[in-house]
Formats: sequence, structure tokens, C-alpha cells
Amino acid sequence: MATTSITLTETPHIQTLLSLADDALILGHRTSEWTGRAPLLEEELALANIALDLIGQARALYQAAGELIGHSEDELAYLRDPPAFRNALIMELPNGDFAFTIARLFLVSVASDQKWRTGFDDAALSAVAEKAMKETAYHVRHAAEWLIRLGDGTAESHRRAQDAVDTLWPFTGEMTEIRSDARLLWLHAVEPVLKRARLRQPEDGWMQSGGRDGRHTEHLGHLLAEMQILPRTYPGATW
Amino acid sequence: MTNDALLERARAAAASVTDPELPPLTIDELGILRDVRMDGGTVEVAITPTYSGCPAMMEIKSAIETAVRESGAEKVRVRLVLTPAWTSDWLTDSARRKLLDLGIVPPDRASGAEELFGRVSVRCPRCHSGNTERISAFGSTACKALHRCLNCREPFEAFKCH
Repeated sequence: MATTSITLTETPHIQTLLSLADDALILGHRTSEWTGRAPLLEEELALANIALDLIGQARALYQAAGELIGHSEDELAYLRDPPAFRNALIMELPNGDFAFTIARLFLVSVASDQKWRTGFDDAALSAVAEKAMKETAYHVRHAAEWLIRLGDGTAESHRRAQDAVDTLWPFTGEMTEIRSDARLLWLHAVEPVLKRARLRQPEDGWMQSGGRDGRHTEHLGHLLAEMQILPRTYPGATW
Repeated sequence: MTNDALLERARAAAASVTDPELPPLTIDELGILRDVRMDGGTVEVAITPTYSGCPAMMEIKSAIETAVRESGAEKVRVRLVLTPAWTSDWLTDSARRKLLDLGIVPPDRASGAEELFGRVSVRCPRCHSGNTERISAFGSTACKALHRCLNCREPFEAFKCH
């Protein structure tokens, strides 16, 4: 028996909190899917740690939003349907191969890093950002090191890394919509790493969007089905 | 018991709770324990996570509740605070000594973004050689990284500067 989904009244501030929280939760969940199947033990630890950081950030943000609108963090994560999620589409894309996972982690982490450093007026949000920026700096470095290794590696790893960057590029616009100079700053940070990885930087063209308005790819529904099935099937279940 | 005596005992009890991932170290030495105060008849304990997703927080919270109750307090509330953000600079000297005894290299002082990227080599906790390399930026817990000594060939963990 499925539990009823919650519906929210979203002020712009709540929407900001939910966008940040959903970005972190959905990418955290995707990253956690590597657990038990990463290509090497060290990477297993790394991806699990990164997923944990992201889900931790999401929890703090859901708590901040939840206090304002009277919902628990679990309700916000488990009892909303795909159209209520505010994450950018890039977070929900399936992991693909290791190159795709690393390329996405890099492109997203650079945007997150800059976002956390922007500074926020809201006290709860700055508290989360203050912690998250240190964690995200670590994610940027880890993903960049791997992207360089893959892009500047074998012909096969280069091809896969280039494919990943090309496929992901139209999904990167949504992350830098927040401020007018955000795209330039992001490009400025991404460019040197792509260059060192000997990867071609795609031209900025038409960009995918809709995630912030709840128009998602079909992948989010599948992800949420797996993530939400337990609390929706057994409401109030505890370990 | 007076409120002052109760608070003193509660404070000592909370400070003695150990980290489940690093049992010889207390949460006080690690900088996780931020504050213990009385709020009416309730002992309120404030703790802060080392990393946003630290999975030990739930266990630490219930260990504090048990310890403070055993110290004589009837009502305990544990509050999670995020700000100021935890930094490895808060590790006490005793924590640093204990880490070294465990074969874990303590973090450098003055953490921050630059140090996070700048720390290239750490000294082997066994043979003290500076000739070491980092194997993995991520270790068995969020707060540690994996290194190897190129002199004595032993792998070891180092606490991340954070």
C-alpha cells in the first residue's frame, strides 16, 4: 500500500533550498549505486565517501526547508513525486560507464564549489554551505585527477571521457543559471582541467532544462521508485 | 543535586563519550562536542559533525543520551549544530598523540582550502621517513586518507586536514 505523496507550497526561498537539497540527494544516490561495483577498492571507498557527503548535505538542507514548511527530512525525500523534485537534470542521468560518472562528478562539483562560495543571506543555508564547500573542494580535486588520467590515458579511456563530456555538456547549463556571471566562472574553472586531460571542450549551444520546474527525464522516476519503495510500502518503518 | 553539580557531572559524562570509528578518542578531544548547558531541567548537549554525512553521528547522539542520563540527569536533549563548521584544527594535543599511537598521522594545523590541496607528503608514523606517497584521497572513514611509506613499505592512514 503506497502512502500519499505530500504537496508543498513553495516560496522562492523554499525552492532554492529544495533545488540544492535535491541536487545533492539525487547525485548522492546515483553515486552510491557504484557501491560494490567500482573498478578498484580505493575508488569504491572514494565514491562511497562522496555519496555520503552529498547525502549528508541533502539531509541538512531538507531539515532547514522542513522546519519552515512543517515536514520531516524523510517526508521531503521519500514522499514527493518526480514533478515535485527540483534537481537539475544532470544529477538524475544514469551512471553510464566510469568515465561518464567521473566527468559528471567533475562538471557538477565545479558548479557546486562555486555555488557554496557565493555566500548566502540565510543563516541556515550559510551554515550548510560552510561545511559543504570543504567537502566539495575535495570532490573537485578527486574528479579532476581522474578525468585527467582518463582523458590523457589510453585511446579507449580518452574516447570514453570525450563521449561523456560531449553527452553531458548540454546538461550543464541548468547548473549555472543562478547568476549571470556563473557560466563564465564555471567555464573558467573547467577549461584548464579539460585542457590537461587533452579533451575537446564542446561549444556552448542549446541547453537542456526543466528540472527546476519539475520536468524531468524518465530516469528520475526509476531512481525514486527504488529509493522510495521501502518507506512508501512500510510507512513509518524503522531499523 | 544542585543544577551546577548536575551540569558539571553531565558535562564530564558527555565529554567521555568516544568516537565509534576511533574508540580511544573522545568526542571532546575531536572537537565534536561543542557545548553542554542546562535549559530548565533539561541538559542540552550540542555536537557538530566532522563531515556532513558522518554516519557516526546517530551513534554518538545515543551514547551521549545514555552517558548523561547515567550521570544523574533526567532529561537530555542532543542538538546538532553546523556552524561554525568543524575543522581538524580543533583536535586537541591529546587527540593528536593518540592518533599517532594508533598509527594514524594527525592533521597539520591551519586547515583550509590551500592546505587541502597543498599537502603532498606526510611522515610515516612507523619509521618516520618523509618518503611517502598518497594511495587514495579517501580512506576507511570520511576523515582519513590512505598513504604508503616508500621506505618501510607499510601502508598507513592520515587524518585529512579539513
